Amino acid sequence: MAKMTLEELRNLRESKKKEMTQRDDEGKSAQIIIGMGTCGIAAGAKDAFDAFLDELNSHNVTDTKITQTGCMGLCFSEPTVEVDVPGMPRVIYGNVDDKVARRIVKEHIIGKALVSDHIFDKPAADIIK
Amino acid sequence: MAYKNYILVCAGTACESSNGIALYEELEKELKAQGVDAEAQLVKTGCFGFCEQGPIVKILPDESFYVKVGPEHAKEIVSEHIIKGRKVEALLYDKGQKKSLQAAEIGFYQKQQRIVLRNCGVINPEYIDEYIAREGYAALEKVLFDMTPDQVVEELLAAGLRGRGGAGFPTGLKWKFTKNVDSDQKYIVCNADEGDPGAYMDRSTCEGDPHSVLEAMTIAGHTVGANQGYIYIRAEYPLAIKRLNNAIDQAREYGLLGDNILGTDFCFDIELRLGAGAFVCGEETALLASIEGKRGMPIPRPPFPAVKGLWGKPTVINNVETWANIPMILLKGSAWFSSIGTETTKGTKVFALTGKINNSGLIEVPMGTTLREIIYDIGGGISGDKKFKAAQTGGPSGGVITEEFLDTPIDYESLQSIGSMMGSGGMIVMDEDDCIVDVTKFYLEFTVDESCGKCAPCRIGGRTCYNILDKITKGQGSLEDIDTLKTLAQAMRKASLCGLGQTSPNPIMSTLHYFEDEYLAHINDKTCPAGKCKDLLTYTIIEDKCIGCTACARVCPVNCISGAVKEAHVIDQDQCIKCGQCFDKCKFDAILKG
Repeated sequence: MAKMTLEELRNLRESKKKEMTQRDDEGKSAQIIIGMGTCGIAAGAKDAFDAFLDELNSHNVTDTKITQTGCMGLCFSEPTVEVDVPGMPRVIYGNVDDKVARRIVKEHIIGKALVSDHIFDKPAADIIK
Repeated sequence: MAYKNYILVCAGTACESSNGIALYEELEKELKAQGVDAEAQLVKTGCFGFCEQGPIVKILPDESFYVKVGPEHAKEIVSEHIIKGRKVEALLYDKGQKKSLQAAEIGFYQKQQRIVLRNCGVINPEYIDEYIAREGYAALEKVLFDMTPDQVVEELLAAGLRGRGGAGFPTGLKWKFTKNVDSDQKYIVCNADEGDPGAYMDRSTCEGDPHSVLEAMTIAGHTVGANQGYIYIRAEYPLAIKRLNNAIDQAREYGLLGDNILGTDFCFDIELRLGAGAFVCGEETALLASIEGKRGMPIPRPPFPAVKGLWGKPTVINNVETWANIPMILLKGSAWFSSIGTETTKGTKVFALTGKINNSGLIEVPMGTTLREIIYDIGGGISGDKKFKAAQTGGPSGGVITEEFLDTPIDYESLQSIGSMMGSGGMIVMDEDDCIVDVTKFYLEFTVDESCGKCAPCRIGGRTCYNILDKITKGQGSLEDIDTLKTLAQAMRKASLCGLGQTSPNPIMSTLHYFEDEYLAHINDKTCPAGKCKDLLTYTIIEDKCIGCTACARVCPVNCISGAVKEAHVIDQDQCIKCGQCFDKCKFDAILKG
């Protein structure tokens, strides 16, 4: 995109906002968000990332997007992963290694059930509503 | 087929020990018995961190939060909540009559408030669009089109934002000084040279939300009349550097950095300068020298950088956390920001919570939160059920906070009054197994290593203090040593050129004040109460308890334990290297450490 004017920036913000909220309502796709700060990576987030990709591919799941984010602050349970499947509560999983990543795909993304033993709480309410 | 409800049962150690397992099994039984095991899924979760109210059950998606749930409540939860959709009132968390229905309403979950970390762990830091969607660059819009530079400064002053690098100087005042100086060239600098041991707030912010720093620096450029910004970041943070560079490229492409930002006359650009990881370069005058390509050594102030900084030009220099606050303050207003925090210190503080704590992590709490809330409510308490000894804040420039001050509301002034300091936000929790002299020695070792060597009080004083502490931990200290430490500390505080030397005796003064008895134990009794100082330890085998299993002899790396099978063993004290492996290995408590 070329340099923006004020108008264009505002339009972009509105359209992106819609895009981000619509995802939940229309149930287009599920999302796996992996915490990939230095802390997460050191704890094995890249292995989890690869395991997610591999497991999604081998089950031919195409409507699930994998994305990365920064540190959620739950260092004691890195790597952390947020999973958002339409129609299900958004949850955060901690201590996600290769095995847990594969369980999340099989049980949560495909089986539509939460994965026991690895759910943690979000640390704070969002100030940007 | 998806479930309608999810019953989350806390399976943390605390909840498990208060009958959490029986509760889980009972819930499982009731779901089947009442025929709804296909409608609700039972899930074990990690610790909710609210252990004194455990066992805890949370039901999704409506987020009902039940506390002190016993197996006897399982039947009711299933029949009322799962089947009829009615909350079990008696189990809801009750604070002062008002029943909290949802997790988010419970005070505990609002102990953290994320302003600086608002986007960390939420957006993809490599896509500018996601930052923009969460009100990113909206503050810049406001500053460019709806506010005058004076109004921006006034807003920051009214908000009461103070520098988060440690000293707590009012940010608005800094900007005002630079704005009011007449100069053909001014600069904006971000101090991302995070160096305190155990601190990683700034790294996480740069990695998780790089645009918040860029936006704030651009706002400062417009406000004070600068067209160039530098982010000074240490080369040891490769991922943060990569994300910042990526963010700068994207902002330039969108015209949010560079010439004629958003079609206005305002031009501003940002570049990175990589530091080689010298601690002293976090000191602002040394940092500026390093950007200029000189050796990173401090110069006396005044003149302050706000008036005469980079290449002699007026320079606004703020720390990462300070920058990340600014867009939110301008968007939500000074009244909102100043409603958070204490009388003297507004807003929130990010802490890197580490050490002997269950839930170590990056937390952000309103100023005025107590240490007890941070350690026990957010941090989940001391690991291994050990006893809390002290928390260290302010890194090598700070001090310790002891148990008696756990309920002190944290702000710049309160921490200073109890002999510690806010610092940049490292918080290291120590338990009864940590030796306070040893910890102090660690910090002195660090500052001796990092001293630039320019001024004598820091260079020689620090080394001498370290040598004395080393002597004490080896059981060779004398009572005069304590007086010498105090004298040296005073001299270093008064005569050192910069913050590094002036504050490096702080750990000594603070620990001598609160833990003098521990120093005396090392000096007079030649013992280390925490059992940490190797030279003061001896391991001996208690003859009556030893059954002669040979486990200790087999694990000893220097083969100094002897004895026949099924007979009491003996440790050769001359050979023993005090590694403690025999102590850990013995199953019969037959080895005495002391």
